[in-house]
Amino acid sequence: MATRGFTGRRPAAATASRLPPGQYLTEDFPVLAKGPTPRVDPARWRFTLHDGPRPLASWSWDEFNQLPRTRWQGDIHCVTKWSKFDTEWQGVSIDDLFAAAGLAAPPTPWLLARSLDDYDTNVPLADLVGGRAMIATHFDGRPLHAEHGGPARLLVPHLYFWKSAKWIHGLRFTQRDEAGFWELRGYHMYGDPWKQQRFSDDP
Amino acid sequence: MSRASPWHEARIERIGPVTPRIVSVMLSAAVAPPVAGQHVEVRLTAEDGYSAQRSYSIASAPSAPHIELIIEKLDDGEVSPYFHEVAQAGDSIELRGPLGGHFIWRPEDGGPLLLVAGGSGIAPLMAMVRAWRDSGITAPVMLVYSARTWDEVAFADELQQLQAQVPQRFVFVAATTRGAPQRAGDLSRRLDAAQWQALQARWGQVPRHVFVCGSNRFVEAATDGLQAAGVPPQIIRTERYGGAS
Repeated sequence: MATRGFTGRRPAAATASRLPPGQYLTEDFPVLAKGPTPRVDPARWRFTLHDGPRPLASWSWDEFNQLPRTRWQGDIHCVTKWSKFDTEWQGVSIDDLFAAAGLAAPPTPWLLARSLDDYDTNVPLADLVGGRAMIATHFDGRPLHAEHGGPARLLVPHLYFWKSAKWIHGLRFTQRDEAGFWELRGYHMYGDPWKQQRFSDDP
Repeated sequence: MSRASPWHEARIERIGPVTPRIVSVMLSAAVAPPVAGQHVEVRLTAEDGYSAQRSYSIASAPSAPHIELIIEKLDDGEVSPYFHEVAQAGDSIELRGPLGGHFIWRPEDGGPLLLVAGGSGIAPLMAMVRAWRDSGITAPVMLVYSARTWDEVAFADELQQLQAQVPQRFVFVAATTRGAPQRAGDLSRRLDAAQWQALQARWGQVPRHVFVCGSNRFVEAATDGLQAAGVPPQIIRTERYGGAS
């Protein structure tokens, strides 16, 4: 349905081809969160990998920073419609994290990322391993700002960015694909931007 | 809670300024009644099929006959200039929603309710004020609304009228950052922890739910001040626009 008098501002072809449907490019880095920004003291931060209730491995901030480092550059897409190109992140890949935990075989194919503000979000194992995700501690070469999830956030850039949980302090293997905070409030269980999987009844 | 699809045609019934930079758009569309605080997605489509989508909070009460959106003009925007310069009553756009299951308030959620708005962040909080007013529940509400000047306070008449009707239950404080205070009790400074403490003392209530909406910078400052004044973070819900470096 055409909107009378709307012409719009088309992005250049090179930009348009990188924008998933319904998204627009921003140069800014918008902040979204369900509540106040937690101020996290790295000295008290601990990252724990759980299988259900059972802890598998745990790292203090200093121990975490001894793990092998990974770098990723690319585009990110928020369900609120903005996309940001060529973002640059550093952190610890989930592959390296699992290796450091001595995890021979992942116990289940599903995980919940858990945050210090009681936020959580589900991501399938297959989307976290194989170099597809990291626990990011740096953005643009600098320690991650608290408003963007510092000291550490999940980065799963091929899914809508609500999956990249800010202020992360753990990953938990679950017995089934358990909905997290936004997934319980109407958002999609998987969240592929290229398929516009925004809301629970999107295909 | 969020039943997203499909897109609905929405007819613009009325459109006009509520402040020098904000227009109110009254829409009729066959969508489910919203919960106060929810938003809709808006889609505009050009003749050649190019389309742009944005999200806007609903400002109208859940029971209102039309969905009211308020849209601030962004000088380098793509969608907001259409509403400010092109759209007229009788035009149609598309929308989907209502959406959102966190930044919402229902009468059964009760109060006391502390609402904190910055600029066009008033929209979802106005929906809550109106839902509260229409529900007739007795839980007290305080709305603290920051704008640059009194001219930029949207819905000022309606808010003042409500305060005059039920002054013991509804407190409306305007905080203007560039202009003089308009009324006794209004503020003319940015809100810091000491002011939040003073406001709460004046209100005489301990909030059960706190909703803060505005630019990211505003929300960061307000939530820092509220927490420094003793409000626990667990009861504070935020909705933000704009970024941080």
